[in-house]
Amino acid sequence: MIEIRWHARGGQGAVTASKILASAVIREGKYAQSNPDYGAERSGAPLRAYNRVSEKPITLHCMVLNPDIVVVVDPTLLKAVPFLEGTDENAILVINTDKTPQEVREKYGIKGRKIYTVDATKIAMEELKRPLMNVPMLGALVKVLNGLVDIKTVEEDIKKAFGKKISENALAANVRALYRAYEEVQSE
Amino acid sequence: MIKGWRELKIGGVITEPGSSEKYNTGEWRAWRPVFEADKCVNCMLCWVFCPDSSILVEEEKMVGVDYDHCKGCGICAHECPTNALEMKPEYLFREED
Amino acid sequence: MRPELIKEVTYVPYSGNMAAAEAMRQINPDVVAAYPITPQTELMQFFADFVANGLVDSEYIPVESEHSAMSACVGAAAAGSRAMTATAGPGLAYMWEVLGIASGMRLPIVMTVVNRALSAPINIHGDQSDMMGARDQGWIMLFSENAEEQYDNLIQAIRIAEDERTRLPVMVGMDGFVISHAIERVRLLPDRAVEEFVGELKPMYPLLDVDNPVTHGAVAMTDSYMEFKRQQREAMTNAYKVIKEVGEAFEEAFGRKYEHIETYKTEDADYILVITGSAAGTAKYVVDKLREEKSIKAGLIKIRTFRPFPYNDVMDAIEASNCKAIGIFDRAETFGGASGPLFEEVATTQYLRRKYYPMTGFIYGLGGRDTNVNHIEEAIDKLMRLAAGEEIPLVNYLNLKE
Repeated sequence: MIEIRWHARGGQGAVTASKILASAVIREGKYAQSNPDYGAERSGAPLRAYNRVSEKPITLHCMVLNPDIVVVVDPTLLKAVPFLEGTDENAILVINTDKTPQEVREKYGIKGRKIYTVDATKIAMEELKRPLMNVPMLGALVKVLNGLVDIKTVEEDIKKAFGKKISENALAANVRALYRAYEEVQSE
Repeated sequence: MIKGWRELKIGGVITEPGSSEKYNTGEWRAWRPVFEADKCVNCMLCWVFCPDSSILVEEEKMVGVDYDHCKGCGICAHECPTNALEMKPEYLFREED
Repeated sequence: MRPELIKEVTYVPYSGNMAAAEAMRQINPDVVAAYPITPQTELMQFFADFVANGLVDSEYIPVESEHSAMSACVGAAAAGSRAMTATAGPGLAYMWEVLGIASGMRLPIVMTVVNRALSAPINIHGDQSDMMGARDQGWIMLFSENAEEQYDNLIQAIRIAEDERTRLPVMVGMDGFVISHAIERVRLLPDRAVEEFVGELKPMYPLLDVDNPVTHGAVAMTDSYMEFKRQQREAMTNAYKVIKEVGEAFEEAFGRKYEHIETYKTEDADYILVITGSAAGTAKYVVDKLREEKSIKAGLIKIRTFRPFPYNDVMDAIEASNCKAIGIFDRAETFGGASGPLFEEVATTQYLRRKYYPMTGFIYGLGGRDTNVNHIEEAIDKLMRLAAGEEIPLVNYLNLKE
């Protein structure tokens, strides 16, 4: 079982991204949970969302305390929230930033852990023309998950989730953002 | 006679229509409306106001009071414009035990 | 004719609310009356979509309060239709008066309760105080561990409620947010199979049968009220059998077992946990973890049926184990009582067999407070100390800030 924690701000679509990930995994015949940490929903306020992904049924119904993977959707949260909380040195960090993993490691004094970075804000601005970093971060996460879920299934689930709500152009832009981040995510 | 819990219909359902007619509420009456047909103009105000549907009407004419169900509230006598209904103490009509 | 959407068994990523709404679509009740309240709002919104899109034949009544929601269901059910609703926390509290009317009039209404804390302080999160507060209102009560159980339980609840031996309303609880809003894998059954399983409602004394006029909701004075209450106890006793039979029928039709309780590794367990709802899932994980890491033999009894309380099932499981101590987990308070409401039931269970085990209660998860692996391990540690003869209080709070 892999446990994932998302850090984002209200309105950035992290909850939706975590739901799409769970949907894709489940549609591939595996098990997953997506559990937002509901509070008073406020646009811009820091929030957390969780995923559990497994080959076997998952019975846990509590918060993720020791995530294997932490996804930071908004770079300003690196200073604002304890994003390393509960992680050990084997944890994987997937961070939205214009910096390299080495630069992030030095800037925040991170020991151990595997750091991946992707400039999801830039991808979002170029493809979606708006700072919606959830889909590109999902693309980066799918790459990091290394085959656990097929990017094509995720694409289908994005179409299912957004299909009726946004224009065809916007949908195509989201799919491009997904694949770009999938390709552009870099490790040390 | 009220049945035991095994015989009663569930949920207090009553399956016999109009069974409340069997309840002789006239027993509760302390005052009795006494009808004098001579004074009556058949305006039907008593029939309209009676809360217990106890004004007896035949061929559009007021003919008397259903004493099995009349509780003696006196509304009919109060509303009657010709004093054709008068409230009298029930003991005048009922024998004591 | 409403369209057939699901033609074969399908595994989907659904939240508890989506699963409950899907079950309601497949059940296709005649009347649904509801008032929105977090965390149930989404459920009724999904169902309203089904209504708007012609996917159900249901008459949907968006009423102005929960008191009215249940009242409308009472009227609909008395008229001879299949009525359903859903609510949560304070909504159930507001419905309280009419809950007793539904059960007293023996109307087979089925309701999802998305378990939520009661005010004050105001709180929208998972907590079973709502259903526990209504536990003596004459409803059959089932608790679901996860979204799929909520789906399965709702489908079974229709048959349980409508059986001539019971004719009692059923409420099915799932924990707010943790289940209602979390996505999980859920197995959906084909539309036609559900339709066939729930069958046609056979109305008893319907108001709309004009050839056989009946009175519902009549007064019962001192000379007959008690007899109707005695009938309700009988119906609850029957419900024990009916729930079991419907569970067996469900297993036969769809291959998943449903009993009054679910035991998890109790056979050789030294320490027994008794839990309702979603925390039972977390406890299963802890049971496995402690067996693997520390060779501690704990086992779990998950209570699915809370009313009628399955005293014999619970005691059979305890007696068949190696029980040295029992820990009862309550996601509700009984202020002034010995411990929580579930604690009191399990205490009674032991009295009925005149067999007594060391026992203590854990109050957890109030107002959505997280109860994770560490907290359940902490509880098991207390049980081990209790079994070793240490004094442990009857009320222990998990994850409380001291």
